[in-house]
Amino acid sequence: MKLLVTFSRREGRRPIIAQVVKDTGVLINVVRAVIDSHEGEALIDIPDDQCEIVRKRMADLGATVRILEHAIILDEEECVDCGACISICSQEVFSFDAAWKIVVNSVRCVLCGHCVTACPHGALTQSEET
Amino acid sequence: MILPTVISERYKYPLIDIENMDKPIDVIHERIRDGNARVVTADQMPAIVADLGEEGALAEVDVVTTGTFGAMCSSGAFFNFGHSDPPIRMERIWLNDVEAYGGIAAVDAYLGATEQSTTRGITYGGAHVLEDLVGGKSVDLRAISKGTDCYPRRTLTTEVSLETINEAVMCNPRNAYQRYNAAVNTGDRVIHTYMGTLLPNCGNVTYSGAGVLNPLSNDPELLAIGPGVPCLLGGAVGMVVGEGTQHSPSRGFSTLMLTGNLKEMSQEYLRAAIMHGYGTTLYLGVGVPIPVTNLAAVRSTAVRDEDITVDVVDYGIPSRGRPTLRTATYADLRSGVLTLKGEEVRTSSLSSFRRAHQVADRLRDLVLQGEVPLRAPARRLALTRGAKPLQETTHAPRVREIMDRKIVAVREDDEIKSAAAQLLKGEINHLPVLDPEGKLVGIVTTYDISKAVVNPAKGPLVRHIMKQRVITTTADEPVDIAVRKLERYNISALPVIDNDRHIIGMLTAMDLGKLFGGRWLK
Ligand code: SF4
Ligand code: SF4
Repeated sequence: MKLLVTFSRREGRRPIIAQVVKDTGVLINVVRAVIDSHEGEALIDIPDDQCEIVRKRMADLGATVRILEHAIILDEEECVDCGACISICSQEVFSFDAAWKIVVNSVRCVLCGHCVTACPHGALTQSEET
Repeated sequence: MILPTVISERYKYPLIDIENMDKPIDVIHERIRDGNARVVTADQMPAIVADLGEEGALAEVDVVTTGTFGAMCSSGAFFNFGHSDPPIRMERIWLNDVEAYGGIAAVDAYLGATEQSTTRGITYGGAHVLEDLVGGKSVDLRAISKGTDCYPRRTLTTEVSLETINEAVMCNPRNAYQRYNAAVNTGDRVIHTYMGTLLPNCGNVTYSGAGVLNPLSNDPELLAIGPGVPCLLGGAVGMVVGEGTQHSPSRGFSTLMLTGNLKEMSQEYLRAAIMHGYGTTLYLGVGVPIPVTNLAAVRSTAVRDEDITVDVVDYGIPSRGRPTLRTATYADLRSGVLTLKGEEVRTSSLSSFRRAHQVADRLRDLVLQGEVPLRAPARRLALTRGAKPLQETTHAPRVREIMDRKIVAVREDDEIKSAAAQLLKGEINHLPVLDPEGKLVGIVTTYDISKAVVNPAKGPLVRHIMKQRVITTTADEPVDIAVRKLERYNISALPVIDNDRHIIGMLTAMDLGKLFGGRWLK
């Protein structure tokens, strides 16, 4: 399961993710992180059954946590199965099936957003939290 | 139509008359009418020919249907809106704020797919208007006019839909490229092109076209496809008008001009699209049926993806002579990876192979239902045209578009003092010098004049101090080339001259500012 963690860095430079790993013992896979001087945002991947404990600990440490269900959403009505998205995505989220229909394996998505602009038909959107 | 039965007989028993194997289209029509026709999609032909041999395939297959579904920028539609009361001679026309060309009669217009909305920019264009109309929506029609005695009205605002207007005829100057070069980017930044998003350092390859299903790839000799031949356009049965623009059969890049009734089209085969950072375009389904009348048709429709080769072109180099990194067949491209400079690079199609199949399938069904009036071309399409290199669709700005048309100049016999006054008055640094006939003979700069003031030894007149060797440009010259002149000679202004050396403008570094702030360079 993917969580989007946003934290302010004003309360010192606590290594929040490391702290949560230490406190909970859950191994956190950091998929993507953007951190500047006063704010940080990290996309992390954790086992589904440990989501709650990680989420709680993060919240205790002052972070905002959003669960991302389907990272990238395909609008079947708009999609024409061209495949322009395939080579744009570094995570190989997109592929063709045997009938040349596009298949989305959104579990691998890291929400970089490249495919959203590259799709000529506006068929891809990034999901909001659930 | 009454046909000599002997002909039909002959095709029940193939190989009777090898000398005269031609199967007239009338015979094919008869088979269709009788329900005996065999119509297949182009991707099936290679296996059929391998199985039955060429003669066997000729006897067996009556029509091969082709199909492609991809970005076809050179598309649009003619409209006739009908007359309002009081009537207006529409001079400028907008449909949902997308301008249509109104310079044809009073209530006719042509809307191009790539025209952008004046209010929504790149997110909505002519292609979107076409899709909205085909989808049954109403669009806002706005028109203005000077007003004439017979057409007194000056403005008009109303809603129109395909049901309410007289005609909506799609007429596309260039569709259905025989094949299209694949694109890659060796540069170090992401670029956005009509070939889609190209990642830096050869991060991906994009390509277009349906290969084995492409109409013109199945008839490269242009024996079956030509004027008057039916086609499937946007889901409706339309017609081939003739060669498309940029038709280059000698290089294997034939194109078609197509027409069809927009009112009969469907969104399934007509979709607006946005090439990020480039513009709007129209995705269209196009298919052409190829009657299998002779062995030549059998051979040409037996083409496979493996047989169709394109160049993989570097779009990272922004010139017309884009280098080719390698060649690749549609089979290579469709495999999903291509080896470039020793590395595996993933490929993306911009056109939909799945929908191309749907086009060919639908065309097959329509042919079998007798809905498609098969016929031979009224004439053969040009076979030898097009030695010119393929023109890119991006617009290279010309000097005329940004030059300063306000000219401040002096005569060669003017006094230096008056030249100085001109420079001050015009707030400029360069003064072109003209002879009595108005032809450019020299140039003086603020620097030349200051020097003359400090050291007046050379003489009192402009011609005593002017530079006679003037670097010039012309109105038609691409700005990029003019810029290179400025850089090469380390100067900051270029007089713009016509063929007679008459000055028609000035290009200065300041004018270039318009360009960098404008739409050409981002
Ligand atoms: S690029 Fe867009 S339209 Fe094309 S296959 Fe991907 S999601 Fe579908
Ligand atoms: S957002 Fe990025 S990672 Fe996710 S599918 Fe799109 S390109 Fe791939």
